[in-house]
Amino acid sequence: MGIIKARNVKYDYIKYNDSGQPLERYRAVDDVNLDISEGQFISILGHNGSGKSTLAKHINALLVPTEGTLWIDGMDTKSVEKLWEIRERAGMVFQNPDNQIIGTVVEEDVGFGPENMGIPTDEIWKRVDKSLEAVGMTPFRHRSPNKLSGGQKQRVAIAGVMAMHPKCIVLDEPTAMLDPNGRKEVLQAVHELNRKEGITVVLITHYMEEVIDSDKVFVMDHGHVVMQGTPREIFSRLEELKTYRLDVPQVTLLAHELRQEGLFLPEGILTIKELVDALCHCD
Amino acid sequence: MIRDITIGQFYPADSILHRLDPRVKFIGTFLFLISLFVADSFWGYALATVFLAVAIGFSKVPVKFMLKGLKPLFIILLITVLFNLFLIPGEVLWSAGFLKITREGIVQAVKIGIRLIYLVIGSSIMTLTTMPNQLTDGMEKILAPLNKIKVPVHEISMMMSIALRFIPILMEETDKIMKAQIARGADFESGNIIQRAKSMVPLLVPLFISAFRRADDLAMAMEARCYHGGDNRTQMKPLIYHRRDYMAYVICVLYLGADIALRVFL
Amino acid sequence: MSLRLEHVTYTYSPGSVYETHALKDVSLEIPAGQFLGVIGHTGSGKSTLIQHFNGLMRPTAGTVYYKEEDIWQEGYSLKRLRSRVGLVFQYPEHQLFEADVLSDVCFGPKNQGCSKEEAEERAIRALQQTGLKEKYYKSSPFELSGGQKRRVAIAGILAMEPEVLILDEPTAGLDPKGRDEILDQIAWLHAERNITVILVSHSMEDIARYVDRILVMNKGEKAFDGKPEEVFSHYRELEEIGLAAPQITYIMQALRKAGIPADTSAITVEEAKESILKALGRIKHD
Repeated sequence: MGIIKARNVKYDYIKYNDSGQPLERYRAVDDVNLDISEGQFISILGHNGSGKSTLAKHINALLVPTEGTLWIDGMDTKSVEKLWEIRERAGMVFQNPDNQIIGTVVEEDVGFGPENMGIPTDEIWKRVDKSLEAVGMTPFRHRSPNKLSGGQKQRVAIAGVMAMHPKCIVLDEPTAMLDPNGRKEVLQAVHELNRKEGITVVLITHYMEEVIDSDKVFVMDHGHVVMQGTPREIFSRLEELKTYRLDVPQVTLLAHELRQEGLFLPEGILTIKELVDALCHCD
Repeated sequence: MIRDITIGQFYPADSILHRLDPRVKFIGTFLFLISLFVADSFWGYALATVFLAVAIGFSKVPVKFMLKGLKPLFIILLITVLFNLFLIPGEVLWSAGFLKITREGIVQAVKIGIRLIYLVIGSSIMTLTTMPNQLTDGMEKILAPLNKIKVPVHEISMMMSIALRFIPILMEETDKIMKAQIARGADFESGNIIQRAKSMVPLLVPLFISAFRRADDLAMAMEARCYHGGDNRTQMKPLIYHRRDYMAYVICVLYLGADIALRVFL
Repeated sequence: MSLRLEHVTYTYSPGSVYETHALKDVSLEIPAGQFLGVIGHTGSGKSTLIQHFNGLMRPTAGTVYYKEEDIWQEGYSLKRLRSRVGLVFQYPEHQLFEADVLSDVCFGPKNQGCSKEEAEERAIRALQQTGLKEKYYKSSPFELSGGQKRRVAIAGILAMEPEVLILDEPTAGLDPKGRDEILDQIAWLHAERNITVILVSHSMEDIARYVDRILVMNKGEKAFDGKPEEVFSHYRELEEIGLAAPQITYIMQALRKAGIPADTSAITVEEAKESILKALGRIKHD
């Protein structure tokens, strides 16, 4: 069994009236099946309100399915006694960098998770040192998080999760509030963790450029997983993506347009080099 | 303006005072405050001055920086001193109309002035040399016995340290919201009290909504990182007394003892 | 000339150790009716710059003119200036406060002294121009989606009927479709209402196809100022200051290097396509 496995997961948000009676139901996640094996880099794409963040919160057991089952490393997220173990196993990084840093000093924030887990002091320090090093934030360890840039804050948040030694890390739109440089920093850090530490990554985003290097991409719309495949497979279905309020990188779009004009180019071109090579050989 | 207040601010430096256990500084400051009210003679104040001067010297915080912290309190200080100067009855030295200055008034005003200034400087030495999070850690430890009578000491200290982290963020946000509303023609400055209070609505509503949102996000982020209260929690930086801490305790107690002795025997 | 900056410098905490120049001797002219893009990374001074345009910040040195009038001269009404030069900040959450959308948009006109009827009339017109559906007018602004909130925020400024509209990162946090919708709406507004638009962004791709002119800020100074294709031709220098030209620029440069004579001044996918087809056509005939 994979590290994350979902079978027919459904989740309803319920709006209550003043006297506590359910007023409205809104299905945010609808019949999602996932099977993610350890060490993979997975991306979940979707427009705002497509249900991707709701799904993400299931992986950390912040939400539990209304119907269906989700297993993290073989543990059912509904089992109350496994709750903390699940959260240790699957860490989570959120969108707003300010609202997830608890410590007033960088290194203390990174130590927050291990402290909660009851890890002995010496071991906490080892983990903090290693995690800060892994995201390149060691020089900032004594700083106040308020003095950092958005990208740096997100890297601290990632280190904070890393120090809990998870098998899997879920990032819920970690770059949505960052500028292009911050986005690059964060993605680089995440890819490195995946490559060097073998941590399973689930990246949730609506930036198409960020998913190019993933092993597998899921596209969500109205709570459903509507597309899945390698980035190349997904990006070659450009018209379909557009119907889900998404777009593709300019290079993929250009290649697509040129194909429509009758040039003989392969579908799903992802990089500039691919396009240039293909154009050089197409006549 | 708010930025000028140095009370509660941390001044990063590497001094013996910075390295002391926060509990020592907390209790030491408390003892110093008591000593200020015990001291009532010239020698008592002289002793306090020496103690304070030595502490400032050891803290490596520039005196100028410390005095800056007094600035916002100047008005309060002035009012208190003037009240004492004019309102204490006694041997009249000077009078003009209903105003009169008495010998006792002068003495009392000087005493009160010194006490207040020393009080502020003394407590700011603590905050300037102790990171706020250490301070909350220290308080949590000192107040731990209260746990027995069901006071949620850990929760209170967690709340304090979160507040410390979010105060600068919310201040910045207030600034941004004000600007956004001023751009829409809002006026926060003119009008009478009622108009002004009303004009705060466009500032306070977004600020509260944002603060609640942040609280919600933060609670979720803490849960995601396995926070479940103070039980079975270990500490990354547990507070452990070193030799210098015991020495500092001894010095503080000796100082207070000397102060009391001066009061009793002089 | 609509807005003019002359040697504007803005210094934070002057005279102290923390002294930093957010703007350094910036001179700038923005003619009426222009669609200007301002680009720079965080801390480049772009936010400080736009706050000088409507008098939210006062230059430490230098002069800001609106319609050739010094906005900091004695007796100049900054309140009136701010209704002429409208500024929409990045986060709509920072300005929405009323119980329903329509009342929120009325806030600006009411501050200008409009009657209730006139304010509502203007608010409805502004909301229509931002493309928000009528069924949301009575909704709480806090229950709207990110894109809808942004429309309400923009309407809040438009209702004041400004001559210049400044938008700080209006697409931050929106999904690709939402981003395109907002930008298209702004472009439409620019054409329809014939107002000056200043769009602040950190994405070249986003604004390349809309603006007449791009101003690149770096470390408080003007780094580049010109037509988009001119600015993008400096793509190497842009990279050095932590920015990048649109992907199209890189594609065209790479093609040229590979021997395909593509037009490197193309900035949109459409232009690039035309140019590549032309270039390849020529290769075939040779």
